Amino acid sequence: MKVAITSTGNSPDSMIDSRFGRCSYFVIYDTENQSTEYIPNPNRDSIEGAGPASVELVASKGVTKVISGEFGAKVKSIFDQLQVQLIMINSQDKSISDIIQLLNNQH
Amino acid sequence: MPRPKRIRKVTNPPHFKGFKPMGILPDKPPVVLNYEEYEAIRLNDFELKGHVEAAMIMEVSRPTYTRIYESARRKVAMAFVNGQAIVFEGGKVYFDSEWYRCNNCGCFFNHPQKDQEVTHCALCHSTDIRIFSDKEEEKQIEDIYICPCCGQEKIHDENNPCNEELCPDCNCKMIRKGILSNKRPIETKI
Repeated sequence: MKVAITSTGNSPDSMIDSRFGRCSYFVIYDTENQSTEYIPNPNRDSIEGAGPASVELVASKGVTKVISGEFGAKVKSIFDQLQVQLIMINSQDKSISDIIQLLNNQH
Repeated sequence: MPRPKRIRKVTNPPHFKGFKPMGILPDKPPVVLNYEEYEAIRLNDFELKGHVEAAMIMEVSRPTYTRIYESARRKVAMAFVNGQAIVFEGGKVYFDSEWYRCNNCGCFFNHPQKDQEVTHCALCHSTDIRIFSDKEEEKQIEDIYICPCCGQEKIHDENNPCNEELCPDCNCKMIRKGILSNKRPIETKI
């Protein structure tokens, strides 16, 4: 299962980005082989339509969960149609490695 | 110019595109059933909710809901009798799913796979979760009082009338937190 996390930087120590559409990086984490991939967000500075464009990018990677601080109204409805689960984290002091650790807590 | 249509909430959109009649050639144009009409039939005839309750779920008025439902039944009847296909398409809707809150890690998550039961948090796998609603959040704000002068916050005590609540530091009358933005601080003479 693949999980996308919005990140402010391209290392495991960087913090979660509270915005979805205009975050700096997307981290694609694969829970099966524990691999991470950092993708710089091309929609970071776009004026309009950053959310749907980012959804397209994330969905093309085949993720089933997306973790961010907040999601816009357009983004929510597209993800709902794509059957992708959204997770909102309010605190901004969580790093990417913290979140990956939380995800691995199961079993 | 007519008033714009209120946007309808669809909690459970269909996961297929439509229906087609068996045994005849599809020579007639299909009937287009809007998502809101599908949702109206689902709420009333499948979940057996009353019009008032269903209207509240779709966030429209009761007469509007009844109109959507009426139109939906007519379209379904037309498709049945004429042997037309039905396609689900369009409508002034937005899709929404329920949100859950985890008491362990404090995150919020939704659940798009509606046929599966929600048992644990999507992030930390804790089983300490509950359904989150906006009303709950509003209530929390109402219960907090804030001093307009020094900004000190206090949780409302049920036994004390709220208009007599005084700030322990500067003796100001305290006000509800949610309405602070549209009220200027009231200075009291000491």
